[in-house]
Amino acid sequence: MKPARFDYVRAETLAEAHAVLASEGGDAIVIAGGQSLVPLLSMRMARPGVLVDIMHVADLGGIVIKDDAIRVGATVRQAQLLAWPELAAHQPLLALALPFIGHAQTRARGTVCGSAALADPSAEIPLALVALGGEIELSAAAGKRQLAAKEFFNGLMSTSRNDDELIEAVHFPRTRPGDGYAFIEFARRHGDFAIVACAAMADAQGVRLAVGGVADFPTARDFGPLDGAALDEAIEDFAFDLEARDDLHANAAYRRELVRQLGRKTIDEARRCRV
Amino acid sequence: MPRLTADRHHRVRFTLNGRPVEGDAEPRMLLTDFLRHVLGQTGTHVGCEHGVCGACTVEIDGAPARACLMLAVQADGMTLRTVEGLAPEPGRLSVLQDAFRRHHALQCGFCTPGILMSLDIYLRGHASPTEAEVRDFLSGHLCRCTGYVPVVAAALDAAAKLREAAGDA
Ligand SMILES: Cc1cc2nc3c(=O)[nH]c(=O)nc-3n(C[C@@H](O)[C@H](O)[C@H](O)COP(=O)(O)OP(=O)(O)OC[C@H]3O[C@@H](n4cnc5c(N)ncnc54)[C@H](O)[C@@H]3O)c2cc1C
Ligand code: FES
Ligand code: FES
Repeated sequence: MKPARFDYVRAETLAEAHAVLASEGGDAIVIAGGQSLVPLLSMRMARPGVLVDIMHVADLGGIVIKDDAIRVGATVRQAQLLAWPELAAHQPLLALALPFIGHAQTRARGTVCGSAALADPSAEIPLALVALGGEIELSAAAGKRQLAAKEFFNGLMSTSRNDDELIEAVHFPRTRPGDGYAFIEFARRHGDFAIVACAAMADAQGVRLAVGGVADFPTARDFGPLDGAALDEAIEDFAFDLEARDDLHANAAYRRELVRQLGRKTIDEARRCRV
Repeated sequence: MPRLTADRHHRVRFTLNGRPVEGDAEPRMLLTDFLRHVLGQTGTHVGCEHGVCGACTVEIDGAPARACLMLAVQADGMTLRTVEGLAPEPGRLSVLQDAFRRHHALQCGFCTPGILMSLDIYLRGHASPTEAEVRDFLSGHLCRCTGYVPVVAAALDAAAKLREAAGDA
């Protein structure tokens, strides 16, 4: 349970971080909060040649309110976003979901962007990005690009980020008047990764449900104004389309049942929360 | 910053419990091992070594952190506190430590340094926590002995004592 050898570079500027990532190919990786990467290093499931510590790059920080989104920079820790006094006013779903990420002791170091980069299928931040239709801002020495969350997450712990790119920020769309949000997570113990997590968002047009912990990556579906038995049936289809698998924590049938029950409950709650 | 190469030891300096300390570490050395083996500060315990149990929790720049999820080289230049820094003077316990003793909030004591560090930081920012808030915060720590009930009682008792002391001042 000790990491294999690697070089360590504490980048002071974005250009420095980009340069190391560009010159080493896939052998260099970013370390941010380290809350997922250090265990992977210790278990030797990750064996990079170089670690690039980005936490001292001054211009990667900050929570910025844009016209229609909140931009969260790469060095912003989960605890910092959760403690931001304006969070619930600008995006209630984040205020609901962030307390479920690990524990206070891991949120104090883990970053928001690091969670997006890891792309764990059960993770709350990727789920919120998919539910809200958020965006991921990537940059490399070669240039910048911005991707929609549903294009970014593309497989089990896999994203469309290239090896030389880092996530500079993620963008969470801001709430609009009349939107309602709800978040429900089922895990064995508080702070564990979710077995199933549901996020719902309701507006005048209808409702969207996003589910984490079932498919390889968080997945959203729009249900429009559907309600009653028709909604239950549509959620049933969704639950099957997610192609749940059996694992140590729960079997596929159980996960589907959680999607049916919790999905419906989350949608109903989001609709009630519309003001 | 220069690249710290894998095959060499590099000087790491930080502030530990108010004093400057330094030692040599390979980039891959975990902060837990640096504290215990290089600096000889064995108060910080190591349980799971992958972030789950909380035994290794220390304070880094004012916030709780798993020392096993950090590299020693990452801590360079930072300000750390460990369980060795809690007692105000030799032979005298802090308010929180004393509450742990009175409530029997430790049995084997393996989890205790981490829990003490977490709660010490928490009570600084939350003078009047509810039982539910303390339990939520303690979810980041595993204790196989106490069943948590005396730990929660000690935390609430310490909070009350600290409020009294602050009121007197
Ligand atoms: C006990 C425990 C419980 C946890 N429970 C949960 C939970 O319930 N839900 C949850 O979502 N997470 C959970 N986590 C993981 C969470 O704490 C991590 O913070 C998060 O997954 C990764 O963020 P990080 O900043 O720590 O990234 P790191 O660990 O530093 O990095 C993770 C990965 O992302 C890459 N990376 C990081 N930042 C960037 C960037 N800006 N650009 C490109 N690549 C980058 C790294 O190269 C690495 O591959 C838990 C962790 C622990 C230890
Ligand atoms: S030893 Fe660090 S959390 Fe268990
Ligand atoms: S006192 Fe033994 S593990 Fe907590």
